[in-house]
Amino acid sequence: MAQPRIPVASTVERSVTERLGSVSAGNALELRGVTKLFGALAAISDVTLSVRPGERRAILGSNGAGKTTLFNCVTGDFLPTSGTIRLFGEDLTNFPAHERIRRGLRRTYQISLLFGGMSVADNVYLACLGVSRGRFSLLRPRPSDAIVSRAAELIDAVHLTGARDTLVSSLSHGQQRQLEIALALAGAPRFILFDEPAAGLSPAERADLVAILSGLPGHIGYIIIEHDMDVALRVAESVTMLHNGRVFKEGTPEEIENDAQVQELYLGGGHG
Amino acid sequence: MAIVLPTVAPRRSLLALERIPPAIWVIGLLLLAMPAFASNFVLYQIFGWSFILGMIALSLMVLAGYGGMVSLIQMSVGALAGYVVAILGTSGVPQISLGWPWWLHIPLAILIATLFGTLVGALAVRTEGIYTIMITLAIASAFFYFTRQNYTIFNGYTGFNNVIPPAWFGIDWRQAVPFYYLTLGCATLSYLAVVWMARTPFGLALQGVRDNPRRMSALGFHITAHRILAYSFASVIAAVGGILLVWQNAQVVPGTAGIPQVVDILVIAVVGGLKRPIGPFIGALIFALLSVFSSDILHAFGMSGERFKLVVGLGFLAVVGFSPDGVLGLWDTYQAKRAANRDPLLGGGR
Repeated sequence: MAQPRIPVASTVERSVTERLGSVSAGNALELRGVTKLFGALAAISDVTLSVRPGERRAILGSNGAGKTTLFNCVTGDFLPTSGTIRLFGEDLTNFPAHERIRRGLRRTYQISLLFGGMSVADNVYLACLGVSRGRFSLLRPRPSDAIVSRAAELIDAVHLTGARDTLVSSLSHGQQRQLEIALALAGAPRFILFDEPAAGLSPAERADLVAILSGLPGHIGYIIIEHDMDVALRVAESVTMLHNGRVFKEGTPEEIENDAQVQELYLGGGHG
Repeated sequence: MAIVLPTVAPRRSLLALERIPPAIWVIGLLLLAMPAFASNFVLYQIFGWSFILGMIALSLMVLAGYGGMVSLIQMSVGALAGYVVAILGTSGVPQISLGWPWWLHIPLAILIATLFGTLVGALAVRTEGIYTIMITLAIASAFFYFTRQNYTIFNGYTGFNNVIPPAWFGIDWRQAVPFYYLTLGCATLSYLAVVWMARTPFGLALQGVRDNPRRMSALGFHITAHRILAYSFASVIAAVGGILLVWQNAQVVPGTAGIPQVVDILVIAVVGGLKRPIGPFIGALIFALLSVFSSDILHAFGMSGERFKLVVGLGFLAVVGFSPDGVLGLWDTYQAKRAANRDPLLGGGR
C-alpha cells in the first residue's frame, strides 16, 4: 500500500510552530514523579519518563496498569496529585487542556470521542479550527479558506476521502478510528498520545493504521498505548512497561519482548 | 449533515435565494401583506407580541438548542434593556429619566443588557443541567426583587410609564401597522442572524461544545469562553426584544421580568421547539393566541377568564406530552411518517 502523505502545516499554523519552537529544549515530553490518587487508590505512582523529540514510544501494561490515567494527566483531563509534566521544556502541569493542545500536544481516545451528528469533513474542520485564530469567527468559511483545504488534506491522509460528507455516526468502527487520527493530526502537532488506536480493527485496518503511523513526519513524536503487540512493536522505537501504576521496565522492543519478567507478567509466559 | 463545509463552491446569492423552499416564500409574503387584511388588534396584540416574545425565546433557543444551556435569565436581560431605555431616555418619570437622545440610549441599553447577560453567563457556565436553570432562575428572582425595591434607579413597584419609541422618519411607531413592521423586521433580522451564526466557525464550535465538551477541549477550544460568548450573542437578541416589549406596553415595571414571565419564555421555547430557530416564533404565536383568546374559551364553558393560565398550561402539557421536541418535533414526526409511507420497503408504497 502506498504511504500516506501527511500534509505539512499551513502558513498560519507554521507561525504557531515557530512561536512554540522558541520554548523547545531537551525532551519532547518529560514526566517527573507524576502521581495520581483517586482517594486512597494510586492509579499511577511516581512515574518518571522522558521522550525525545520525534521519538515513538509504546507504553504497555495490563488493564488497570494506569496507562490511560497517565495520558489523562498529560493532556490535562486530570491534574496530577503530584509531580511535573513538561512539554518541550515548558512546564504544563497546571495548564488547562486547551492550552496544552495549543502547544502542540494531541491525543486520540480509547473509545472514539467524535461528533456523531456531523460529517467527517465538519469533524476535521473543527479539529483544525481549534488551534487556529478563527475559533470565534462569525464569518462563514469559504471552500478556498486555508483551514478548509487543510481539513481536506487530512481526510485524504487518513484514507477517508470517499466518506468526506458521511455522517460520523454512519461510519464503520475502523473508519471512526481513522478519523480519530485525523483529528489528532490537525493543526501543527508536535507530540501525539495514541490511546489504543487499533482496538476493534480488522487485520486489514490494522495494516492501514501501521502505514498511517509509520508515515507521520519525522518531527512528530508519539506515545502509543496498544494491546496488540504486533502493532505496538512495529511502530515504536522504545517501550515503557507500566505495572500497578509504576514504571516497571524500559527498553527497545526487542529487549522488552525478550525480557523474562515481562513475558511472565504481560505476555503470559508463553510468548515468542 | 455537512454544517459548514460545502462540497463544491456554490454560486452565490441567486442560488441561495433559489434554495429557499416555496413555503417560506408564501409565509414571507403573507406576513408582509398581513396589514392589508388583518385588524389592528391582530397586528399589534397577536403578531407584534408574538414576534417580541419569539425574539426573547429565540435567545434562549441559541443557548439551549446550540449550546445545551437552559437559561432563565433571558427575560430579565430584555427587561433590563427596557429599564435602561426608560432611565436614559424619556418616560413619564422625568425626575429619574435623563432624556438622552435615542442614538445614545438605545445602543447603551443593548450594551448594558448584553454585559449583564454575559456576566450571568460567566457565572452560569460553571454549572450544568438543572444547576444552570437554578442559578439563572435565582438571578432572575434577585433582579425582580431588586427592581421592585429600588426606587432611586428603577422607581420601585411603579416602574416607568410612557416609554415610547422615537418618532423615526416622523412615524408614530406605536400605531399598529408601523409597530407590526418594526417587530417583523427585528424578528426577521434576529432569525437570520441566528441561522447565519449556526453555520459559522463560532456556531459550529458551540454545537461541538454542546455535544462533547471534553473532546472540544482536547481540540484546543476554550469551552468556557465559547459558552460565555454564546450568552453575549443571545443577550443582544433578548435586549432588542426587551426594548420592543417595553415600547409595546409603553411601560416597564418589575413584573415585566417577574417569575411567571421568566418561565413563560421557557414554555414558549419548549412548545415551539428548541432544535431550530423558527421554533420559538411558533411557540410565541401559540402562547399569544392562547393568552389572548383563552379567557373567551373559558367564558364559553362558564369558567372565570382569569384562569387563562390553565389553558396555557394544558396546551403546554399536550404539546410536550405528544412531542418533547415541541411543535417542530410533531412536524418532523409527520414528515418522517410521510417519507416512510412513500418508501416501498418500509411503508404503503403509494
